[in-house]
Amino acid sequence: MIDGLVFKAGGWLALALLALVAAALAVDAPFAVHMVIVAVACLTALWFAVSRADYGVAARGVLQSPADERVYDDDPIRWGVIATLFWGVAGMAAGLFIALQLAFPALNLNLEYTTFGRLRPLHTSAVIFAFGGNALIATSYYVVQRTCRARLAFPTLARFVFWGYQLFIVLAATGYLMGVTAAKEYAEPEWYVDLWLTIVWVAYLVVFVGTIVKRREPHIYVANWFYLSFIITIAMLHIVNNLALPASLLGSKSYAAFAGVQDALTQWWYGHNAVGFFLTAGFLAMMYYFVPKQAERPVYSYRLSILHFWSLIFLYIWAGPHHLHYTALPDWAQTLGMVFSIILWMPSWGGMINGLMTLNGAWDKIRTDPIIRMMVMALAFYGMSTFEGPMMSIKWVNSMSHYTDWTIGHVHSGALGWNGMITFACVYYLVPRLWGRPRLYSLRLVNWHFWLATVGIVFYAASMWVAGIMQGLMWREYGADGYLVYSFVESVAAMHPMYLIRAAGGAMYLAGFLIMVFNVWATLSGRVRAEKPMTETPYNAAADRPLAPVPAE
Amino acid sequence: MVDSDNFPAAAGGKRIDEATGTSTVGHEWDGIEELDTPMPRWWLWTFYATIVWALIYVILYPAWPLVNSATTGVLGWTSRGELEKEMRADAVRRAPIVNAIAATPIADLTAKPELMRAAVQGGSAAFKVHCVQCHGAGGAGVAKLYPSLTDDDWLWGGDLTSIAYTVEHGIRNPDHKVTRTSLMPAFGRDGILDAKAIADVVSHIRVISGQEKPSASATRGATIFADNCAVCHGAKGEGDRKVGAPKLTDAIWLYGGDRASLTATIDAPRNGVMPRWGERLDPVTIKMLTAYVYSLGGGEKSALAPAPMPAASEAKGPGANGQR
Repeated sequence: MIDGLVFKAGGWLALALLALVAAALAVDAPFAVHMVIVAVACLTALWFAVSRADYGVAARGVLQSPADERVYDDDPIRWGVIATLFWGVAGMAAGLFIALQLAFPALNLNLEYTTFGRLRPLHTSAVIFAFGGNALIATSYYVVQRTCRARLAFPTLARFVFWGYQLFIVLAATGYLMGVTAAKEYAEPEWYVDLWLTIVWVAYLVVFVGTIVKRREPHIYVANWFYLSFIITIAMLHIVNNLALPASLLGSKSYAAFAGVQDALTQWWYGHNAVGFFLTAGFLAMMYYFVPKQAERPVYSYRLSILHFWSLIFLYIWAGPHHLHYTALPDWAQTLGMVFSIILWMPSWGGMINGLMTLNGAWDKIRTDPIIRMMVMALAFYGMSTFEGPMMSIKWVNSMSHYTDWTIGHVHSGALGWNGMITFACVYYLVPRLWGRPRLYSLRLVNWHFWLATVGIVFYAASMWVAGIMQGLMWREYGADGYLVYSFVESVAAMHPMYLIRAAGGAMYLAGFLIMVFNVWATLSGRVRAEKPMTETPYNAAADRPLAPVPAE
Repeated sequence: MVDSDNFPAAAGGKRIDEATGTSTVGHEWDGIEELDTPMPRWWLWTFYATIVWALIYVILYPAWPLVNSATTGVLGWTSRGELEKEMRADAVRRAPIVNAIAATPIADLTAKPELMRAAVQGGSAAFKVHCVQCHGAGGAGVAKLYPSLTDDDWLWGGDLTSIAYTVEHGIRNPDHKVTRTSLMPAFGRDGILDAKAIADVVSHIRVISGQEKPSASATRGATIFADNCAVCHGAKGEGDRKVGAPKLTDAIWLYGGDRASLTATIDAPRNGVMPRWGERLDPVTIKMLTAYVYSLGGGEKSALAPAPMPAASEAKGPGANGQR
């Protein structure tokens, strides 16, 4: 056993040294910085391996006691909840800052590290992959254990997934600031960070599928279908879109395997399905577990969940070309991208119907339970943006909306309204249960969060709709003589008030989120605010355990 | 594979849900059940309708990829075709006025108010695409970088013919023989004048431009000016449009009229560059831009018979944004 420990520690040390050698031989500074970060990560892992080892057990040459199969493996979920909140603050603050940069360009600070071009991918990656990704990993670990009534398969690998994913986030974010980018939207990390994410993601798939395989339930719950489709499809999208040839094995630059319009189409096949499978399928999985749990109601329709699941995942994958309307992409591909997007409307709405109608018989909770209220608002925004999306994919609409801030408004009504709100609701659900607290510090504060977020989204989306339509109309405005009426810069100047309103909405949304962080922190520190009670969903800790295997007779 | 002894949770079975009166499916996961509600009809029928619509659409429009091409759709529509049709229709609509402008010598444009108005309109649109980057949205230029086009102080001449020549051939294009060109020496950097001499010339210039009172330095500077500067800027600093030498006696300064700016300019002049638009824009658009710049406020009457514009032959309408 001591041998095993020595082997493990030696392995981390070897990896750290390898990273330091790579740093020393690096052909560019950002790659050297990244290798130093990797070395620090390896040394941290080494320190934990040595300091946390159970030497008594190891010395006696016996196996460490097996994990307690009678409780769920919730450690990585607790870490994931905290990581979700941490990256959420970072990502949303970055978003507010770049929103203010658009209104006040002086905020670029005349430093390369703080220019809009570098902070924008920092914002998008932080909120989508760091905030959203951690929420997805944490909830998937929670949901798959509960609905399979089994502990996580491969607990060490599950922890590796969590920490490996954080390392990915740190490498991606620091890379953006140093100007390292593959120049693909939502896939900006360079080749070596992509390779690392691939390893982490495959490990995630193994943990998830392993847990499903060892389930104590005869059937696989619908939430797990959605999680599984999300994990598999993201792996496929990530690998194909990031196929590239490094300029040097010790440098941060690579060249994409595709060129021209093929590259653009691959990118938007990836980009649209990052929305479809990361932000839709994954978050629908969260919805399918936490909404019925919080509402204490059965899922509305099993048949609807089957049809909308299969139609959603079949159709989404074809819709990407609608990002390339009126470009060099051939007409036939544009047509297909558009018609698949239109057919996608109802499959998307199937999830909204199934979520909202699950409240059948518990509608009163919208009045009395702020967490249910958040879930309902999330589903409402989900429905709205999945109507808006197909509408914007119609070429006639797209000819005006494309390249305008309408797209930004559309994305944010989905991201803030759907992904944000459902994540908040799930975290509020999870925190007292994961840390064994009687309830949240304050449900009234959840209500404040709800209203700040909702009003913030309304400001944000409404200003961007107006801004986008105004831009679209200004860019295509022809005078009677057949000449353009406005120059581009005039449309930029006209955006200023809209940018201010958008930043105000974002500030409100961030303020609500900070209230949440405080609420969670107070809950973790064991405080309970004396306040007029609101509806709570009871928690039966005794029932929240795996089904222990029955020994063979 | 499934060991039924180890799956007691499936025992729940179907039941009727009280609140909705609907049967459950019979499975249960961590307390979650599913109702056996039929799919909403409106949902299903709308789903079918979008599929039917899609099938019709892909028959009408280009849609299915084949080995070397794709189906063209029974309507025969293409996005390029649609653009061409629209552009052609607009070219036909504008043809009379465009042809008339093409046929009119630039200097005669002011005599035909109808044509002039149309030219200014078109020039304004082209200006917004090609010129605002340097000269600003209103043509007011950028202080210490690019000249304002809204005043009557012209470097290379402000009548229609001169403006048209500047727009067409550009300024200081090294690879273009007939471009507007001149080169002010770098008096300081190249060691022609020492720092004291430059300071004296600056004093002189600030005196003739009414910014300073006469001084001993300015008097010394007047001599240096006469020897080094007057050949282009004129004995009295009145400038010379043939070589783009600016007038030094007024309050308008391209690169600044304070001591520091003037010293910097004499030390190492910028010799600003403007692209020649004749190679990018069609002749009618050049004329329109000329008319627009002329109309900004500083347009001057043509002094002499206009030099022939070399590119008045083509009569076809301008493309998108006047590009050739």
